[in-house]
Amino acid sequence: MNRDLPLLARYAEGLFWMARYLERVENIARLVDVTQTFESPGREAESWFALVRINADEEGFARRGLPPTAEAVKRFYLLDRDNPTSVPASLESARTNARTLRPLISTEMWMQLNVFHRDMTAIAERDLRGDRLNRLCVRIKEGVQAHTGITEGTLFRDQGWLFYQLGRLIERADQTTRLLDIRYHLLVPSGSGEERRVAERTQWGGVLRGAAGYHAFRRVAPPAFMPADVVGFLLTNGQFPRSVALCVEQIEWLLGRLRARWGLRGTGAALERVEELRSAILGRPIEAIIADGLHQFLDGVQRDLILLASEIGTAFFRDWRPLAGQGK
Amino acid sequence: MHRGEWGLHLSRVWYAVAVETFLGPDEPPRMHERLPDLFAGYEPGPYFCELTSERAGDGGAAAAVCTRIAAIGLDALRARATAAENDLFNLGITFTVYSDATAIDRILPFDCIPRILTAAEWRVLEAGVKQRVTALNAFLYDIYHGRRIVKEGVIPAELVFGNPNYRPEMEEFPVRFGTYVHICGTDIVRDREGRFLVLEDNARTPSGVSYVVENRHLMSRTFPDLMAGMRLRPVDDYGLRLLSAMAEIAPEGVDDPQVALLSPGIYNSAYFEHVFLAREMGVPLVEGADLFVEDDKVWMSTTGGRRPVHTIYRRIGDDFLDPTVFRPDSLLGVPGLIGAWRRGNVALANAVGTGVADDKAVYAYMPRIIRFYLGEDAILANVETHICREPEGLAFTLDHLDELVVKPVGESGGYGITIGPRASRAQIKAARAALLADPANWISQPVVPLSVAPTLTEDGIRPRHLDLRPYAVTGRDTWVMPGGLSRVALKQGSLVVNSSQGGGSKDTWVLADDEPIGGGAP
Repeated sequence: MNRDLPLLARYAEGLFWMARYLERVENIARLVDVTQTFESPGREAESWFALVRINADEEGFARRGLPPTAEAVKRFYLLDRDNPTSVPASLESARTNARTLRPLISTEMWMQLNVFHRDMTAIAERDLRGDRLNRLCVRIKEGVQAHTGITEGTLFRDQGWLFYQLGRLIERADQTTRLLDIRYHLLVPSGSGEERRVAERTQWGGVLRGAAGYHAFRRVAPPAFMPADVVGFLLTNGQFPRSVALCVEQIEWLLGRLRARWGLRGTGAALERVEELRSAILGRPIEAIIADGLHQFLDGVQRDLILLASEIGTAFFRDWRPLAGQGK
Repeated sequence: MHRGEWGLHLSRVWYAVAVETFLGPDEPPRMHERLPDLFAGYEPGPYFCELTSERAGDGGAAAAVCTRIAAIGLDALRARATAAENDLFNLGITFTVYSDATAIDRILPFDCIPRILTAAEWRVLEAGVKQRVTALNAFLYDIYHGRRIVKEGVIPAELVFGNPNYRPEMEEFPVRFGTYVHICGTDIVRDREGRFLVLEDNARTPSGVSYVVENRHLMSRTFPDLMAGMRLRPVDDYGLRLLSAMAEIAPEGVDDPQVALLSPGIYNSAYFEHVFLAREMGVPLVEGADLFVEDDKVWMSTTGGRRPVHTIYRRIGDDFLDPTVFRPDSLLGVPGLIGAWRRGNVALANAVGTGVADDKAVYAYMPRIIRFYLGEDAILANVETHICREPEGLAFTLDHLDELVVKPVGESGGYGITIGPRASRAQIKAARAALLADPANWISQPVVPLSVAPTLTEDGIRPRHLDLRPYAVTGRDTWVMPGGLSRVALKQGSLVVNSSQGGGSKDTWVLADDEPIGGGAP
């Protein structure tokens, strides 16, 4: 029974992308939810357009000739199948990957994803209105979380599991940087002195809540926290599951397992990237990062993550093209 | 690409004929016990009924099923049937129907009233299917080697060598154990007397076996009370049997052969079945692009580099297997695959060139083919077939044109068929002219009064026509999966059981013995 199970390159790639797309779906829901809490009366449009900016979707948004209104942004991310960064498009891609993986993944994984996908194709305009939006975001998050739980409990732990986790963690790290970036694009609250500090703190609290990290943060942060504490928490905390540093640490472990347990050569280049990411995140005090410009820094981390994914792809997926954008 | 592979066999459109006109008033004997009230409106008419016609040796299983169904009641029956079908959707046990630009996932409708075969009936079917598969393999070996059957005039040369599915590449090419048809699906119907008749052989890539296993799972989840105490032959070792056969046929000298299932991919309508089979065997489902040929060997691309593949259960047609040998535009296949195969470095199931054997014209000769190779009469009769290239066949056909179905031998998809009882005078006249112009192009058959089984419909429990496709797996020896796929025509009076024509399926029970069924029933 100790047979060294080979894994088709196509399956490895499918697992990587299925996990990525589902993580993305969850995070879109988180971002939408946070944005709604940031919505300041009279300036809804600007608040919502921040979402487009952090996803670097300005071009796609403009190409559709959409007005920069709250409604248009919500539709763009929750209903628009032609927008590759939307919930329906990402879910479609996840399911298409899952379909190619049906010989490999558990029946329970496939069934949940199939049903989740079908439920989500029924989302309509009315689900974006009023209090329904928050409920929709909860449903989306829970759909992905159910997937995650079923996967944890049922997916065979061979090298496929490692590729699945790699996809998920790379996407999660990327999404955390985008969530952090939302603050950059938001208007600084007006007012001055204590009033403004409270308002600012509320915004940062919102960012933390979006990452489901508010309470964890409270446990480790000083009572009168500064923005740098929040940034530091989401970037460098070693215990919080959505912090970039923890994702990077796990990615490094996964790459190591691929080599040590499954004898896969070619992890070298990817490990180099991980090194770079780690020293970028942990090599300098947070204050210095913020002083040099957080937005530029986060951009750099996103670029490094893209390079990391491409090193993994080159080493193990060979000439396979990702299923990205084919899910229509 | 194979659009609607699962919805094949359009050729059987000819069954959609009202057959009552040919039948006398006699009814086959029915079960002695009074049927429960739920079956009050159930009138199988002149047809053999798979549940209520009197059969020895069912141990009371059929009567128990009727009683138990009545105890469940119509409303609960419908609710459970709906739940069962929902299950199929959620599990993605579907086939994809492509029309225009849309792709729709459809389930094969499941009818919850099982079809029962007694142990004695199954013995006949099993022996008959084995005999047929043995003869098909012997025939294929012969036509690609000594051609004895042609030389001795048993079958006309042009039917074999002029057949578009004849593959010269196969001549003098050895396959292990002389097995060409590793997986065979034999379509069988039952006439008024309950006699089994073979309608068609499927010796290329027969589909549907996944539904047999899934229907059983569905049945035991949704209707445990129907099954209580029944001793049924199991169906879920199909994957293991298949894997064993695939391992047996691997190139000699390979200790631990790597088997793979080659599928056209997720857009193929039978993709679910490919997934099912790969999973049941525990082997990778590969697409053409996962494989490549180097040094005349077949390899698959894995994360750790190339790995050898020794046996390929391919679910793509001959034409698409290797663009360097067959269709050059095929993107589904593997360049060089046939070369690797001819070198003996990989085994293919089914072998290339089996399409000659399941051809309609060759079908007509099957009773003679069986006699020729095995020296036996066919255990399962053909549907009576008149070969018009033979004078007596032609004469009979011309005399009974208004009663017969006349079919061209080379066509499929139901083209060129004249259904006598339904044809206009002009059509009969045209058929006569065509027959006389080229008799060799035609065969004729009577309309078969297919058996029926109680089926849950909007009007309650009603008789619907059905057929049976047992699956035979052959490596060194032949194993026949107990039962097979029962396809049922859900429309009243229809004799077309195809999924593409509104057909559904039933769980098919083969009783393990003829002892009385056990207790535990409600």
